[in-house]
Amino acid sequence: MEKELTKLFEIFIASALINNFVFTRFLGLCIFFGVTKKVETAVGMSITFTAVMMISAALSWVIFNLVMVPLDLTFLKIVVFIGVIAAFVQSSDTIMRKVSPGLYYKLGVYLALISTNCIILAVPLINAGEHYTFLEGITLGLGSGLGFALALVIMASIREKIEIADVPMPFRGLPIAFVTTGLIALAFTGFAGIITS
Amino acid sequence: MEATNPQKIDYWKVTLSGIFKENAIFRLAISLCPAIAVTTGLRTGVLMGVAVVFVNVMVNITVSAIRAFIHPRIRMPIFMLIISGWVTVADLSMAAFAREAYKQMGLYIQLIVAFASIFTRAEIFASKNKIMPSFFDGIGMGVGFMFALIVISFFRELLGKGTLWGVSIIGAKPLLIMLLPTGGFIATGLLMAFFNWIDIRFYGGKGAGGASGH
Repeated sequence: MEKELTKLFEIFIASALINNFVFTRFLGLCIFFGVTKKVETAVGMSITFTAVMMISAALSWVIFNLVMVPLDLTFLKIVVFIGVIAAFVQSSDTIMRKVSPGLYYKLGVYLALISTNCIILAVPLINAGEHYTFLEGITLGLGSGLGFALALVIMASIREKIEIADVPMPFRGLPIAFVTTGLIALAFTGFAGIITS
Repeated sequence: MEATNPQKIDYWKVTLSGIFKENAIFRLAISLCPAIAVTTGLRTGVLMGVAVVFVNVMVNITVSAIRAFIHPRIRMPIFMLIISGWVTVADLSMAAFAREAYKQMGLYIQLIVAFASIFTRAEIFASKNKIMPSFFDGIGMGVGFMFALIVISFFRELLGKGTLWGVSIIGAKPLLIMLLPTGGFIATGLLMAFFNWIDIRFYGGKGAGGASGH
């Protein structure tokens, strides 16, 4: 039991900090550069993302291990995962709009951006590749989501300052954001030594 | 000869626009994830580029071929299905024929399925045009993407390892940081700024490359 907990904790820390999706695995960059202009949007986005990542990790784990593995259909995983995530996001969009319009107004607007995003799809694919158990899979979703949230908030706070700085003309917009991200990534390489096994 | 044949010029224009004017990475700034992930070496960069060209062309052809049968209401899921089908083909062939590289970049090949650039081409171009123009559009977009990957990985491998395609060029490792994630981000940022600078300096543009952000 204790060993399992340690493993879960390791996966959590590794996915949130060491293998941070943005800074080490380079996933979700489109969203990362797209929504990090304001801290407020970044926070809303990261809540939605974390929730969707955990739920889609759970859903796709069930389908992958209970349906696809017994039927020997694992080669279809890309097609199936995309379908599962798109269907889930669409339905939660509709349900949220009916059940709680207030929450939908705050967070639901980001759902439309999610359905075919590489960062969401990466979680089930990694889970399937590493043969994680159900709990480990969800932990990976949670850790990656929180790591992504951390990245978004850090970046958004910096970019709010860059907006009012005098940046050389060719660097305006994305190039300076890229260089900044590079420097944050350098700081994140410092986490690499946390877990030694 | 070519000037008398309007069809031919059209194809060239379609192809070239994908490579330069609408270059997915440097100009439109979409599908950035693999640009940094697989560009630590020229070899992986080129392999990724080939996979993207393949998927781009095949998706464009398929969508264009069956565009008359797709009801507009359900076109999104159909496109997703076509794209993920062809990505699976690329993924499995890569796993079979390029095992070493696949171990390193397998996840990113599978994630081609989430490329905004492929989806938008299917939506904007292939679903409205005949097969031949769609084919050339796919080639243009794919080659433009590959071009960007090659440029980035050229600098990263040369500066990080002192080699090109695994062959030693410099004989030392001048800037090891280029191989780290940091180097990927910074190299891409500098190259983007460079392309913006060219645009401002020589074409009088506003250097808006990547300003849109997704």
